[in-house]
Amino acid sequence: MSALLLSNAQLLDPATGREGPGAVLVRDGRIADVAFGAAPGAPENCERIDCGGLTLSPGLIDLRAFVGEPGAEHRETLASASAAAAAGGVTTLVCMPDTNPVIDGPAIVDFVLRRARDTASVNVLPAAAITKGLAGREMTEFGLLAEAGAVAFTDGLKAVTNAQVMRRALTYARDFGALLMQHVEEPDLVAEGVMNEGEMASRLGLIGIPREAETIMLERDIRLVRLTGGRYHAAMISTADSVEIVRRAKEAGLPVTCGVSVNNLVLNEGDIGHYRTFCKLSPPLRREDDRQAVIAALNEGVIDVIVSDHNPQDVETKRLPFAEAADGALGIETLLGASLRLLHTGDVTLTTLLKALSANPAKLLGREAGRLTAGAPADLVLIDPDLPYVLDKRQLKSRSKNSPFDEARLQGAAVLTLVEGRVVHRSDLSAIAA
Amino acid sequence: MTAQTAPAFPHRHLLGIEGLSRPDIESLLERADAAVALSRQVEKKRTTLRGRTQINLFFEPSTRTQSSFELAGKRLGADVMNMSVASSSVKKGETLIDTAATLNAMRPDIIVVRHHAAGAVHLLARKVDCAVVNAGDGAHEHPTQALLDALTIRRNKGGIEGLTVAICGDVLHSRVARSNIILLQALGARVRVIGPSTLLPTGIERFGVEVFTNMREGLKGCDIVMMLRLQRERMNGSFVPSVKEYFRYYGLDGDKLALAKPDALVMHPGPMNRGVEIASDIADGAQSLIREQVEMGVAVRMAVLEALATHLPNG
Repeated sequence: MSALLLSNAQLLDPATGREGPGAVLVRDGRIADVAFGAAPGAPENCERIDCGGLTLSPGLIDLRAFVGEPGAEHRETLASASAAAAAGGVTTLVCMPDTNPVIDGPAIVDFVLRRARDTASVNVLPAAAITKGLAGREMTEFGLLAEAGAVAFTDGLKAVTNAQVMRRALTYARDFGALLMQHVEEPDLVAEGVMNEGEMASRLGLIGIPREAETIMLERDIRLVRLTGGRYHAAMISTADSVEIVRRAKEAGLPVTCGVSVNNLVLNEGDIGHYRTFCKLSPPLRREDDRQAVIAALNEGVIDVIVSDHNPQDVETKRLPFAEAADGALGIETLLGASLRLLHTGDVTLTTLLKALSANPAKLLGREAGRLTAGAPADLVLIDPDLPYVLDKRQLKSRSKNSPFDEARLQGAAVLTLVEGRVVHRSDLSAIAA
Repeated sequence: MTAQTAPAFPHRHLLGIEGLSRPDIESLLERADAAVALSRQVEKKRTTLRGRTQINLFFEPSTRTQSSFELAGKRLGADVMNMSVASSSVKKGETLIDTAATLNAMRPDIIVVRHHAAGAVHLLARKVDCAVVNAGDGAHEHPTQALLDALTIRRNKGGIEGLTVAICGDVLHSRVARSNIILLQALGARVRVIGPSTLLPTGIERFGVEVFTNMREGLKGCDIVMMLRLQRERMNGSFVPSVKEYFRYYGLDGDKLALAKPDALVMHPGPMNRGVEIASDIADGAQSLIREQVEMGVAVRMAVLEALATHLPNG
């Protein structure tokens, strides 16, 4: 494979925070050289891309995407999810085990990896179930699953509710260094709830989900982490109280990290308006003060990663009365554009965003990606942070169209995406001359 | 009727009380007063809706609301078709959109909808070309019930401004309570809600109402006592411990009613659970307006159908 020189870029390495004009030389799928300032000495017959002064950063790594393959290919396949990811500047996605069959055995991990190798354009890393069949009772084979290629363990949309099962899983996972990603929601408190509990739900006549559904599960889990020492990642937190709980756990030195859905960073319960089912999510969109609290937590580093919580749903599961509609929204293709809203509102810097979207998730998974360093995989994204557009769901690559950002004004997009040095997405901008 | 004199009703659908202005509400009540007079005549028929098709689409069983809409449509000359869709026998939601599309193709002029899910009527209204009337959607709104309650109060008290109205019981699950709170406040009443905290929605105090968990305290000085129905499945330990305990603390009996003003009037949207939320002697007593509410129901629905008819093609 010949070399590729990405010159005239604004380099941004979220792993170190270093930023400045420069160039990156890619060879054999890896970053061969990173030159801040002057261009590196490029080989003679090197392919060149002039980045036009746009931001070049490691590609995004999304720790939470529901794909649908195997079992629900009508909603999304590995091919369509990865096309959406590439268009959104996501170079690695972690797919959730809520498939049919469930990813709870090494053979299914192997199947997903092979299908991804043959059909996907970005890196697809399977997360395996914590419990067999996601039933919440018996542990899966953490060791064998990790050997087969599972990068983390989660029961996906479900929390492990049985405290004894969770205790044993955390204990056993510690021996393998496995990462458990818990969906922090106490199902008995969610019950029939469909949106954030409060005045808004009461006015709409919808049953609410109290914040305590999240905080009770989170507090319990953190006590189990203290008991066991297992590595624990709260998949998505959504409330101000949760931020405080995670902050205290980190201050106590516990192996606890957490994520936030991009939806909870840029939307609030008011976006449900008159029963918009594309805004029916789990965790639910919360109040504006909760949204402000998770933004602050992102800036302080209490929240480690931003996830898309990509969950393709079709007409039959979404074009229903609100209470009867499925949870979930598309997200992987809009992850970057939606996150950049926080840049344009002046809430979060680009470096902080990319740290949470790339460097931190790479670190959690123990991957070499997520940094601009010689030797790291050439998973890169060229970002035009200012490009304005109105999102049209018909243009999305996903097989489903349930985007809460349809017709939203967004600013900033991936104009070029590279996975292991291969161009997997290039937007039709004349500014990007090959 | 007063179609010529009443101000035009500026909405294509009636999906809720929320969004209606005070003049909107008052013009509907005036039309309804005329409909009461008409309904008390031997000749009750008008031709306002002659040639029009009205479909009553009920996804939840209903006796009084459905028959009330049926009579209202017929008295105005419409052809009325009743469709009851048992929600358990068909896949939910899919039926709603599909049924909406199917019915729409039959070119009705008005569809009256009741559905067990909040927001379902709004969803349907977006899929059809005709006028849609909300006959109750989940725990969200039941606008014609609130209008008929207001009409009943107005005719008995001379007006609504300045009255103190207590809405008592299962406010949490009640669309009647939500619509009434909005409407009564729009017309200048002071609204109280009374019930055990397990049956009060979170944030109810932000609706501008006074909240009481002690019924005796809450009833003091009230002009109107509006009782709500408590569903059977909520009586046995899930929201309240037992019928016996509920009736003791939240059932309206003579003892508690005596705490309200001497001329206080009692209302209930029906169907009643006698001995659960209301004692039989109170339901049938001199202060009860419960039968009159039913009569006003037909009149209010005539008023609503007539008001919406002005927006129909060639209306």
